[in-house]
Formats: sequence, C-alpha cells, structure tokens
Amino acid sequence: MNPELAGQVFPPVAPYLVGREKIREFSRAVFATNPINLDPEAARAAGHADVVAPPTFAVVVQERTLEQLLAAPDAGIDFSRVVHGDQRFVHHRPIVAGDELTAQLTVTSVKSLGGHSMVTCDSVMTDAAGEPVVTATSTLVVRGDEK
Amino acid sequence: MSTLQPTTVPALPAVGDVVAERTVQLNRDALVRYAGASGDFNPIHYRDDVAASVGLPGVLAHGMLTMGIAAQPVIDWIGDPARVLDYQVRFTRPVAVDPEHGAALQIIAKAGKVDDEARTARIDLTVTFAEQTVLGKAQLVVSFA
Repeated sequence: MNPELAGQVFPPVAPYLVGREKIREFSRAVFATNPINLDPEAARAAGHADVVAPPTFAVVVQERTLEQLLAAPDAGIDFSRVVHGDQRFVHHRPIVAGDELTAQLTVTSVKSLGGHSMVTCDSVMTDAAGEPVVTATSTLVVRGDEK
Repeated sequence: MSTLQPTTVPALPAVGDVVAERTVQLNRDALVRYAGASGDFNPIHYRDDVAASVGLPGVLAHGMLTMGIAAQPVIDWIGDPARVLDYQVRFTRPVAVDPEHGAALQIIAKAGKVDDEARTARIDLTVTFAEQTVLGKAQLVVSFA
C-alpha cells in the first residue's frame, strides 16, 4: 500500500438523502425492534423529526467514501485482501429520515505490521446546513502476500 | 398508547451492572437481508463456493451485521437509539453461519464506566459465538441526559 496516502483528503461524495423506508429496512436487517427506529409517530412522540437510524446506519454512506479509496489508482490496495479491522461511529446528533448527508473521507494513518498494512480513515458526514452529524472511522487491514 | 409516550430513561447503572442480555439466532436469510439493506454484496456473505475458495470456514456474517445486532439490547434498555453517542468495535473472529443451523450470537452488556456529571455511561459488550468472543473493545457511550 502507498504510505503517502496518509493525510490524503478525498472530494466529498454526492449528497445522500436518508429515506424513511431505508431506515426501516436497515433497522429490520439489524434486528432493531425499537419503535423509534420504525414508527414515525413513536419517533415524534420522543422528540425526533422522523424515524431515527440505528447507530451503525452511517455505514451505508461511509461505504461510498471507502469506494473512492479502494478505487484510487495510486492507493495500491488489493480489495480481495482487505479485511475490516475496526469500526467506530461518533454521533454529534442522530441520523433521522429526511437528512441529506454529505460525506468526506480523510486517510488518517497508514501503518505496516508484520507484512500487513493497516489504513485508518475518517468519513465526516455533515447535513444540508453543513453541521456535523456523524464521523465514521474504519481501519482496514490489507493482508500481505502469502508466502 | 404506550408506544406513543416519550420513552423513560433508566437510572444510571453502577459499574459492573449487567444492563442487557440477549441471544440472537442468525440464519442465512438474515445475511441476504443485511446485504440488501446495507449494499454490501461481498459474495463471502452468501456463497459457500466463494467463501471456500478464499479459505474461509463457511459463509460469514457481515461484521457490520454483528455490530448492528449487538447494539440492539442496549438500545432497548436505554429506550431510544438517539441516546447512543459513540459506538466502536474491533472485529476479532468471524461468525460462520451454517446453512441449516445458522449461528447463535450471545450478547452481554455491562456498565464499564459511569460519568455522573455528564450523565453518560460506557457500556461494554461481550459478544460470543460458539463459546468464543467475536468482537473486541466493543463499547457504546450512551446518554441519560
């Protein structure tokens, strides 16, 4: 992997409009049963504008930024050797249906460890007003050549 | 109707308290559903031949599916998904999902740290499959404010 990737900032991806049915679909897929994930009335009664996404929902948007990294010709990342190492979501506020999220990827570190490479990147997501919503951080491990 | 009332927040736990516990049965259809919902169509999550060709013990659950499921008992305890401020995991072992018998994930959530002033708690998850933990440093910070 190219060590000079560290510090690289990619252009923001096209805004992602968070749909109510997408949140409900994702919620069911992660076995969420909380009515605030599923029922707009319950969400409003709890003080939210619409259904609230599960805490890992931002991965749907983050994925679009990671695709930029994996596709970058100068990155030197072989996708078939990539393993997901760590994942984190830090929320400034919850994602709710109707949000329009713009995500931008920054590579924060590139390390080598025992023949493997590890790349850590932040995808910072902001809403239509430019306010921060969530930062998704992934560490991807790229396995070295098997000898 | 009870579901339309504002949710009640539980009392701040004491460090070491088990706040939630659940066993979730995962089957292949859950993997296909998560692939569709998340957009992660890596075939190691639904094709035995592809999983075998890259040396895996079988079709694996998406790590992000395990992460997503593991938060749910905590969300049901805290009452509102919006109370999760921070959630992180390390993927340490794969979860192979048998085509016939699936895989049972056991989730235990314990209070690891409590901040009385900020009214937040760090909840530490132990997620086990076939008697081995599959997530490391699995922690949520939840708000009681």
